[in-house]
Amino acid sequence: MKKYIIQSIRLTLVLLVLLCVIYPVTVAFIGKMSKGNGGGEKITKNGKTVGYALLGQSFTKPQYFWGRPSAVAYNAAGSAGSNKGPSNPDYLKEVQSRMDTLLKYNPGIKKSDIPADMVTASGSGLDPNISEQGAAIQVDRIAAARKIDVKKVKELVAMNTLKPFMGLFGPSSVNVLKLNLALDAL
Amino acid sequence: MNTELTGIIATFLLTLVIAIPLGKYLAKVFAGEKVWTDFLKPVETGIYKLSGINIKEQMNWKQQLKALLTINILWLFYGFFVLIFQDKLPFNPDGNPGMTPDLAFNTIISFVANCNLQHYSGESGVSYLTQQYVLMFLQFVSAATGIAAAVVLFKAFRDKTTTELGNFWEFFVKSITRLLLPLAFVVALILTFNGTPASYEGKDKFISVQGDTVNVSRGPAAQMIAIKHLGTNGGGYFGTNSAHPFENPSYFTNMVELIAQVIIPIAMVIAFGYFIRRKKLAWTIFGVMTIGLFMLLIPMLSSELGGNPALAKMGISQTTGAMEGKEVRFGPAASAYWATVTTIISTGSVNSMHDSTMPMSGTWQLLGMMINSFYGGCGVGLLNYFIYLVVAVFISGLMVGRTPEFLGHKVEAREIKIAAIITLLSPFLILAGTAIASYIFTNHGNAAWAVQPKSWLNNPGFHGFSEMLYEMTSSNANNGSGFEGLGDNNIFWNLSTGMVIFLGRFLPIIGPVAIAGLLGAKKFIPESAGTLKTDTKTFALMTFAVIIVLNALSYFPALALGPLAEYFTMLK
Repeated sequence: MKKYIIQSIRLTLVLLVLLCVIYPVTVAFIGKMSKGNGGGEKITKNGKTVGYALLGQSFTKPQYFWGRPSAVAYNAAGSAGSNKGPSNPDYLKEVQSRMDTLLKYNPGIKKSDIPADMVTASGSGLDPNISEQGAAIQVDRIAAARKIDVKKVKELVAMNTLKPFMGLFGPSSVNVLKLNLALDAL
Repeated sequence: MNTELTGIIATFLLTLVIAIPLGKYLAKVFAGEKVWTDFLKPVETGIYKLSGINIKEQMNWKQQLKALLTINILWLFYGFFVLIFQDKLPFNPDGNPGMTPDLAFNTIISFVANCNLQHYSGESGVSYLTQQYVLMFLQFVSAATGIAAAVVLFKAFRDKTTTELGNFWEFFVKSITRLLLPLAFVVALILTFNGTPASYEGKDKFISVQGDTVNVSRGPAAQMIAIKHLGTNGGGYFGTNSAHPFENPSYFTNMVELIAQVIIPIAMVIAFGYFIRRKKLAWTIFGVMTIGLFMLLIPMLSSELGGNPALAKMGISQTTGAMEGKEVRFGPAASAYWATVTTIISTGSVNSMHDSTMPMSGTWQLLGMMINSFYGGCGVGLLNYFIYLVVAVFISGLMVGRTPEFLGHKVEAREIKIAAIITLLSPFLILAGTAIASYIFTNHGNAAWAVQPKSWLNNPGFHGFSEMLYEMTSSNANNGSGFEGLGDNNIFWNLSTGMVIFLGRFLPIIGPVAIAGLLGAKKFIPESAGTLKTDTKTFALMTFAVIIVLNALSYFPALALGPLAEYFTMLK
């Protein structure tokens, strides 16, 4: 028994060096060559960081495309989903009020135009994307608020739409932050 | 065809393309035959030398278990103290506090046991030191523990009669050097180059486009996410696990993480057959497990793609399916596929919030964890399946009126007793645990704990009951996912699930290894016309029936009170 204890202690120490120093430090070192140098890819505007490519952020003004509802108001230091069950009455009220807000700010769209992702909270609370339909229902509002041509906005949406992986796998999506920065750059 | 469905079909096929050759490779590695990774031998020799290990020393099953338990207990003590004192130790750039003793108790058992149930949140609850030197370390070694225990079982059936089952340390070290570490390295780099942070930089801060100040948690996440999947651990670096855009940046990384978590459990089944020179047995086991996967996956896909009926009534278009708690870049199909594999193989990482999935999906997730052996966790999945096999052999033996035999060894009272205890353990822990929790919730709602029992549940009614049932089931299965609405960071949940995880991990390792050791030592009976063949379709069907009947009898009432009741109330 004593032999096993001593072997366990020595083996643990050796493995701590291999698994917790050599392995992660090597990955971090090679990772320096990735976009964002292994610290997350940043997006800058006029030399200032305005966000991370992968992290959604809160957009509430009418001239910007809105992202998905977030249970943590896009807090990138405390991700969380709503964890609301599908039949929870409070949750259903919340969805109803999100729907009413969308209908109010986007006159001209019908209830049945609203896709599920625009009225439901994402899993991480940091979802950077919306569906193509989620962008489509906001186009008229953006064009009116910015006094630009609807066609131009639609073009930008198309340019910022990520097609399924290799054209074959998974859904398509629209990155809200990149789309909004493209709008600002017009 | 819909791209969401082609995505999951491609993911499953790629998994098989990698897992099957990997299984053949593993059989050779553990048999000590020549493989292309033999250039790593000097590393292993170095590890043995520094640790004072002589791998020529043969162990019987009791010595194997002694070695296994000794090192696991050592990790419990080591980790417990680091977790409590992490605020006073280095590598804590965000200044996160030390854990309370009950939370540290829960967390350390959870990670030693390959469960990775997390009652803390990665961003605010642990330091970089803890993430790497305790949590990620344990993700490697707990997976290797499970694999090594399974290899002991392999050994017992390779030779006709034997008590010498090899050297535990050798199996354990090889699981790391020949399997987990090289694969983790590859997966970590894929993730890093697709956007997951890997550097040691602390929190960042920026001003958003609309002028909000946003803090961003970062850190060496890619390294941990790689092993959390390969080792079927599931404990995420960030609070929302693989739903977080940093942990799982794109559909491509989602496929990589899905493949990473399933390959070793499948490979272990294939390795078993090749190692004991009974390939057909491996394929029948694989067949049963795969049919099990699809029987859970298909109904889950249909309920998630169908969307939430309550939202449909409001007139929202759910053309793609239910989206609450899901991410747009994955969509409901890949989320349902993930929810299935993560519950059947005990990973417990999530890419969508299970609490918000449809009630019937919750049923399938719970069932996957209750059965816990459709592929199952790293190594331990096969051990769990072995118990079902022994029970099936016993019942078939009774049906045809012969002494039951398994692979040429008589299965007698002692082995059956152990198998029965292990079979009964899961329902006992899950149902008693949930019953006690429900009792406290209803009768002691005002107890002065960190979270008062009356505010434990994030959802009313049947769904609230499901949250408690899920927590206990996930703990017993060493799964680690949760209906995360549950307010679980308080003394009751920390202690109760800690104990359930501990028992649910080590007894189901000790039991099968003991049975295998006892059987392996018995006289070998050559096959004759009267032998019950365990690698036929008939016997596979028998095992499947045993699995379904045992689990249905144990859990149907509890499922009826939770997700099934919610489903039927939503129908009306």
